[in-house]
Parts: sequence; structure tokens; C-alpha cells
Amino acid sequence: MAEMTVLEAVRTTLAEAMERDDRVLILGEDVEAGGVFRATDGLAGRFPGRVIDTPLAESSIIGVSIGLAHYGMRPVAEIQFADFIHAGFDQLCSEASRWCYRTCGDAWLPMVVRAPWGGGVHGGQHHSQSIEAYYGHIPGIKVVVPSFPADYRSLLQAAIEDPNPVLFLEHKRTYRLIRQEVDGAPAETRIGRSRIARRGEDVTIIAWGLMLHEALAAAEQLAAEGVGCTVVDLLSVQPLDRETICEAAKATGKVLIVHEDTLTGGFGAEIAATIAEEAFEYLDAPIRRLCGPDIPSMPYHPAMEHFFMPDRERIAAAARELAAY
Amino acid sequence: MTVVTMPQLGESVTEGTIIAWKKAEGDLVELDEPICEIETEKVTAELPSPVAGRLGRILVPQGETVAVGAPLCEIEEAGVPAGLPAADAPASAAAGAPAGEAGAAAGTGAPSRRRFYSPAVQRLAELHGIDLSQVQGTGLGGRVTRKDVEAFAARQAQGAKVAPTAAPAPPVAAAGAGPAPGGPLTGVRRTIAENLERSIREIPQAWTMVEVEMTALLARRDALQQRMAGRKVTALPLFIAAVCSALREHPVLNARFEQGELRVSRELNIGVAVATDWGLVVPVIKDAASLSIEGLAARLDDLVTRARERRLSVGDVEGGTFTVNNTGAFGSIASKPLVNPPQVAIVTLERIVRRPVVTGEDAIAVRPVANVCLSFDHRVMDGLDAGRFLATLKARIEAGTFG
Amino acid sequence: MTSMANPETGGGTHPGYPLTREQLIEMYRYMVLARRLDERMMTLQRQGLAAFVIAGAGQEAAQVGAAMALRPGVDYVAPYYRDLAVNLVFGMTAREAMLNALGKRDDPNSHGRQMPAHWGNRSRRIVTQSSVVATQLLHAAGIALGARLRGEELVVFASCGEGSTSRGDFHEALNFASIHRLPVIFFVENNGYAISERTEKEMAVEHVADRARGYGMHGAVVDGMDAVAVYQTVKAAADQARRGGGPHLIEAKCYRLWPHSSDDDDTRYRPRAELEEWSKKDPILVMRGRLLEDGAATEAELAELETSVQEEVREAAQWALQQPDPAPEDALGFVFKEAD
Repeated sequence: MAEMTVLEAVRTTLAEAMERDDRVLILGEDVEAGGVFRATDGLAGRFPGRVIDTPLAESSIIGVSIGLAHYGMRPVAEIQFADFIHAGFDQLCSEASRWCYRTCGDAWLPMVVRAPWGGGVHGGQHHSQSIEAYYGHIPGIKVVVPSFPADYRSLLQAAIEDPNPVLFLEHKRTYRLIRQEVDGAPAETRIGRSRIARRGEDVTIIAWGLMLHEALAAAEQLAAEGVGCTVVDLLSVQPLDRETICEAAKATGKVLIVHEDTLTGGFGAEIAATIAEEAFEYLDAPIRRLCGPDIPSMPYHPAMEHFFMPDRERIAAAARELAAY
Repeated sequence: MTVVTMPQLGESVTEGTIIAWKKAEGDLVELDEPICEIETEKVTAELPSPVAGRLGRILVPQGETVAVGAPLCEIEEAGVPAGLPAADAPASAAAGAPAGEAGAAAGTGAPSRRRFYSPAVQRLAELHGIDLSQVQGTGLGGRVTRKDVEAFAARQAQGAKVAPTAAPAPPVAAAGAGPAPGGPLTGVRRTIAENLERSIREIPQAWTMVEVEMTALLARRDALQQRMAGRKVTALPLFIAAVCSALREHPVLNARFEQGELRVSRELNIGVAVATDWGLVVPVIKDAASLSIEGLAARLDDLVTRARERRLSVGDVEGGTFTVNNTGAFGSIASKPLVNPPQVAIVTLERIVRRPVVTGEDAIAVRPVANVCLSFDHRVMDGLDAGRFLATLKARIEAGTFG
Repeated sequence: MTSMANPETGGGTHPGYPLTREQLIEMYRYMVLARRLDERMMTLQRQGLAAFVIAGAGQEAAQVGAAMALRPGVDYVAPYYRDLAVNLVFGMTAREAMLNALGKRDDPNSHGRQMPAHWGNRSRRIVTQSSVVATQLLHAAGIALGARLRGEELVVFASCGEGSTSRGDFHEALNFASIHRLPVIFFVENNGYAISERTEKEMAVEHVADRARGYGMHGAVVDGMDAVAVYQTVKAAADQARRGGGPHLIEAKCYRLWPHSSDDDDTRYRPRAELEEWSKKDPILVMRGRLLEDGAATEAELAELETSVQEEVREAAQWALQQPDPAPEDALGFVFKEAD
């Protein structure tokens, strides 16, 4: 074990899980050939019959996964791009999320749905979306948003072992961009916990996915200017780690939430409301959100894509302003 | 409050001359209304007011030339109160200790956030028992931030360093602030402590003293007492009148020094230290130079009474430009007062005692004399200025030529 | 019809039938039980004691015929809301049916969390269903895939109405099951109405089963009012599917004798004459007549059976009404399954 990219973290974890537990299956479009991002490269050969190509039908991928999980298998479904998962929204929202609830625990679904999300890849409207706000809103589905390879490993393993439906979101821009020495790196093993990735006294920044890395870069720049940042790596949208979020908010009283998703109704709103409700008396400034603008996800042209996405400069500027408040 | 500055009325212009003021102090001014006429190398033009409000102090008189950017006058915008409201708690001071005037609002034109307290700030203030009006704000618009309160609390926890001065400690009667009881400082005492710390921390202070023969002053005091039966008249109002007279000749002592800028005040707002049983307070006699001795006496009486009854208003304790402390009332014959920032000087009148003095060539007589002590901010003036002021003061008092 | 040895019972089928006399009577009993339960539920609803009823009246023959061709406890069923009779064959009791109708705390299907007729019972291999139609067809495909991967020989029986066949999930499920040759019986109970819409508004083909060819799977149309015919069709299909023959699409032509639900006024859209005509072909009446005619049962036996069923239903309703309702805070819990 040494340095690995996010993609390598996913691939090796899938292989290890399939090795360990023969109930683990992979299904999705093009998974037998390795998947369009190569996340399942080599797995079909290693585990014959357990890596299954599906027709181009997201409702099928998820509905069949439900059946498999109900039967007792551990399906890990891949949706090729998170943008396409919405055809399966019905199966996730009407069925998977309620399976355990509507039977009072008599039935349950140990299933994982993996999906690459996020922008910065010139993907335009339908290869760049953030979806955590839609699915994070549904009680009964867990939604995981790691940023570092070590967490991708530990949380994907946890997702596969979880007896509940888990939507495992992988930021596609970070697949090859982010490398980490995973030996000895912090790795969260429990779904529903966030991590304070950095501590500072002046401003708290909460972020996930690619934005977490941008936030850390901004924090580094700000430290040189004498502004200390506490940075929270959210890791989990549902369940939400309210305790860690509030602890981080209380440390500085000034909170900046950063996400790629569009502003209105983005998951930052839930985080902001939580802080306002549970840490009100510790607030020293209004809670700020730095997000994508309210347009139907990012356009294709790099100039417009860049306009859409927050980055380390904008994060630093917002944090600086907040620190001066 | 908006400070109107000398505009740059042309590229490469560096200064301008006020040809005429079109408005007087106290006049209402509308937005864009011309307030003065300015002449530069390039052009002569009217200066349209950048805000609507009331013209406050005119800082540059007609005929004077100042650099581009220099302050010309102050305009109180409509709806914005004059200066900065002091605490709900009485603005504190110590005799010779700095008056606890609230920190200035940052900048010109930006709305003051001085009194806007966030939940975190209020919680911490309550937790530590801090009077927020005493906390300097470093946030946006002068806002008191969480860190400001934490720093304040930390300093508090280290204990107040009360500067050595005769005045406040012993004489303050009975229950109330007085000397701090055991335990952490609270309330007015803490505020006083904070201000004293600030004085020591910020101002390099020097001290000097003269002996003054008080015969003439006391004679005038007696005459005044007769005219103002029904009121107890002390030497203090006469002393204040003499101080005003001397300050007119030595205006550098009647100034405020803030953020590196010395602003000599045209008005003499004399703060007078009053010991009450709830603490020391320094109400201000505004525009003392314009008052007669009777007026001074009456005003002083009123302020002292209201101070003791805790009925001073915010306006009563702010805007001071110089402070007088009647330390002699408690028997002191010499004391080292602490300058009250942002003022630059403070004077005491020590106890008037009868002493043998040398008269004429070598005769000895008994005369009433008192020491007059002066502490001053050495950054903005030297011993020469201080000495000259005291010399003038002494001369006026001894000659009785004041008021 | 010639006598056929029934491989399940090892022989002794009633002449002209693929089932024994006992099985035929049992078949009839299930049909009567289903109908009496539906009637009781509807009465309770009109009395204000039950909020909502959605019945399978008119479809008992199709349901019982199909269910008895399967193996309860081994095969899986993913039923739809009208399939009370299927559930009874797979082990649900009259008492449980009444608990479900009243939304009672101890209803094993969903403990009051879902509307009535939303079936589910893991140990009986009845797959939990929602109100969204046709989603269960994909679940059925997934279960079948799992069983096949595990080498467990079984079929999954997934039923729905003909309205469901318009949904994307129906087509996706047929497609998926066909591609992977999964042991699924897609059983469409075509009762002529999707609430108020007749079949021609739901499809341009005459038979739902015609679509089977389009997906590369077996298709069959059967008279859904004839329990024995349905039994035979489903049995043959299940046997074949179990052996790896791939999925089947079986369309049972039925008729919905009652309105869509307790909230539906079918006089708005259904001609009375049509209803009267079909009522004469009530599958329970038809079955009763056949049993007597073909000597599979006597009048006395059937009368006694009917009385006993009536009593069973009456007792079940009475008992269920006494059972506790869910507490308000019973709404909480089981959002997630806790890990062991």
C-alpha cells in the first residue's frame, strides 16, 4: 500500500470486498469492460459471473439491485454519471429508502449505488451535476461524499457492509487528480461522521468533494496572511454529523459553507440551518454559503464552467471577508 | 458622522484654499448643497455636500490652505447621533485615570457597527460580566468581535493594574464601587481598570508641577460665594476658568490624539473628575470658555449633583478635550494623574494649604498655596509646552486675571 | 379433459382435472375466503371503521389458480394491491388480512405504516410493495437473478394490472429478465379497467401477452375467470422457468366486478349492462357450479365450507377490531436498519 488516487482507492476496495464476501456483486453499464472511468477494471476477469453488464436503464439497475439485496446478495451498482440517476429516482425514493421503514425492519436492503458526480471536466449540463441535495433529503438512504483516497477506501467498505441503501458519490474530477499516501492517513470508517481536517481560530469552512481540496488550499493561503481556518471534511450528507459541524462552527463563530451544487436548496442550506439552530449563541457573523449560481448546472465552455465553480481564490476571498467582519 | 475632506479639484492639484464658508456650524445641509468655496491652482469651485445633515465643526477657517485630503468640516448625518454613545453604565473615569470613552467608529461615512453585538459576543460578555461599551471593536465598522471580547476577558483575568494616583482609591465613600472588594473586578470598577490600563499602555506620560499662590483666587471665590448664596462655591470653578484661559494660549494641550492624528480642539470641553460612592466619573463642561464664572459654577454644581445621583446622560460624559481633577479635596498635595485618552493632558488642583512664603526681598508671610500638577502625552508635546502652560496658568491664577 | 396425474400429490387427481378433489375444494375455499374478506372490509369501510379498501373481486380465480401452481415458502411472490387471494395462498390468515385492512399495529405487512393492501412478509417470501405500480417487477427480476447466481431453484411470481404495463419499469423488467433468462412469471391480471380507463387507452395491442415476443420471452393468454385453466398455464410456465427456460408473460383475462376502490364511483364510467353481464360470470359462482357438476364436491360440503368461511371472516373482523392501534410515536424508528 502506498500512494493511490481516488480511482485506485475505489477499484482496490471493490476487489477486496468481492474477495472477502462472495455475496458482493457489481452491476451497471459497461462494468464488465471496466466501466467508463475504469473503476471496475479487471474485476470481471477476477470474479466471473459477479460483474454484470446491465441494459441502458437506470431504473432497472436500481430496481434489480433492490431485488438482489432483498434476496440476500450485496449488490454494488454503478450509475455511469450521477446526472443519469434521476431515471432511477422512483426506485430509490419510493422503494429502496422505504423498504426497511415500511416493513418495520422485517426486510432491509444491503445495497450500494456508486455514481461519479461534480464538475471541472468540461462535462456540461449532464456530466457535471451534484445530486447530494436530492437524495440526501430522503430518509432511509445514506449519502456519502468522501474527498480523500483513504476515506474512499474506508467508507466504500463501510457502505458495502451497511445493511442499508448507500449512495456512494465519487467526485469524477478527483478520480485521478487527488493522490494520497493512504498508509497512516486518517480514514473514517463510520458512515455519518465528519472530520475536522484543519484547525484555526478565525473562520470555519465546511466543504466536500473537490471543494474540500480547494478549501484546504485556501486555508493554507489564508494562514500565511494570519487568518486561521478550521476546515470540515463533511464525508457524509446523510446521516449528517451535526455534532462535529456545530463544534467546528463554535470554534470560530464564523462559518463559510462551500459546495458546487447550486445555491438555493443546496445541502449547504441544511447545514446552515442546523448551525443557526444549535449554535446560535456562538455565531459572530452571518453564516455564508459559497456555491454554484442558480442556473441549471454548469455550462460546457471552460470560461462558463469556471464561472460556475467556486475555487480556492473565491473561497479565500469569502473567508477573508468573513474574518474581517 | 461624515468628515468632508479637501477634494482634488484637478489632476496634479495638491492643495486648496477655503475662500468662503457658505454654511455655519449648526446649519442644516442638504445633499449636494454647496458648503464652501475652494480655490486651487487650476480652478475655483463650490464643494457640494456629500451627505445631508447638520454642519458640525468647521476645521479649516476661511482663508486657510490645506492639502488635498485634509479634513475640512464634519457633518452629522440626519438620524445619526452625535459622537458615540457611551455605555449604559456610567462612563467611568478615575481621577487622573483615563475616562472610558468608547472607541471611535472606524472610517468616515461607513455606518458604525460599534454597538452591534453578535450572539457570540453577547454570550461571552454575559459569561465574563463584561461591559461591552468598554470593549474596543476591531471588526467591520468598529464592530466588537468575539475575539475582541475574549482578549478583553483575558486581560481582565490577569488583573487590573490600577495606576498609582491618590484620587480614586481612598476617599470614595461607603457602599458602591470604591476600592475593589475581593474577587474578580466587575462593573464600574472593571471599566475603570480597563481604562487605566489603556492609558498606561498607550500613552508615554510625563509629569510636572508648579506651586501657585491662591490668594487672589480665593478672594474671587469669596465674592462669588456671596453672589451665589444657596450654593456651595468651591475654588474649583475658578480654577477651571483659569485653566480655560491658559488653554486658549496653549491650545496643543486641548486636543485629542487618535490613530496617529492630533486634533486640536477649538472648543474647550473640560472634564471634571467627580468622586461618587458608585465610582469615579468625569462629566464634561462643554464649551467651558464661553461660560462666565457663575455659569461655570452652576454647571459644575449641576453635573456633580447629577453624577452623585447617577443621572448623567450619555452626552454629559463624552467629548472631553481636557480634564481637571480636584485632588486637593481629599488632602493630596501632589499627585500624578493619568491622562484620559484620547486627550493629551490632565491637570490637578492639589490641596490649598497655608504655608510660609517668601515675600519681597526676604520677608516671610503665610499665604494659601496649592500645587498644580500636570501629566501630558509626551508624543504630542514636550516639557516646554507643558511648562509654558503651567506658567501661564500660575500667572493668571496669581494675578486673578481669568474668567 | 383427461385425467392427469398430479406430480405434487402423486396421483389421484379428480377426473378431468389436474388437481385432486381436496385441492379443488381448497381452491374454492381460498376464492370464497378472499371474497368474504373483501366484503367484510368494504362493510367496515362504509361503517367508517376502515378508511380504504381496494379489492380483488372478480379476480379470485386468476389469483388462486396461479398461486396454487407455485410453492409457498420456496418461490417468491411480488404481488400487487388486488392480490389478497395470492397472499392467502402464501400463508396470510384471515385475522392478518383484517389487521391490515384496519391499519393495526400488529399487521405483519406494515404495522399501519402503509395503506391497506400493501402486502409484504419476508419469511413467507412475499415481497414488500409500495403504491407505485410496476416497480415490483424489477425487484422480481433482481430476486430471480440472485437465486440463479446462488443456484437456488425457484421462480419469482410478479403480478400487476394491465395499467401497470404502461410504465417504464414494466418494459425494463421484461427486457432485463429476457436478456438474462431469469425465472420470472410476469402475471398480468387484465381486468379491463385501470380505474376508469379501459384497455384501449392503455395499449394499442389487443393482448398484453403480445408484447412477449417483442422482448424475446414466452407469452400466453389465459381465461382469468377459470381457476383451473390459470393453474395449468402458470404451472407449466413455472416448471419451465425453474429449469432455465427463461421468463414468461402470462396475461389472465379477468373482469373487475367492483369499483377500483372504496373511493371510486364506477357509475361514472361503467355501463350497468356490462357489469350485470359479467356478474353472471362471477368466478366464484362458476367454480361452485363446476365443482358440483363435476362431482368434486357436494352441496352440503360447499354449504358447510361457506358457512365456516363466513364464520372465520366474522371472527377475524371482530378480533381485529379489538387489536391495538399504533401509538403516534410508532411513526418513528426503522428508518435505517441497525448493523448487527
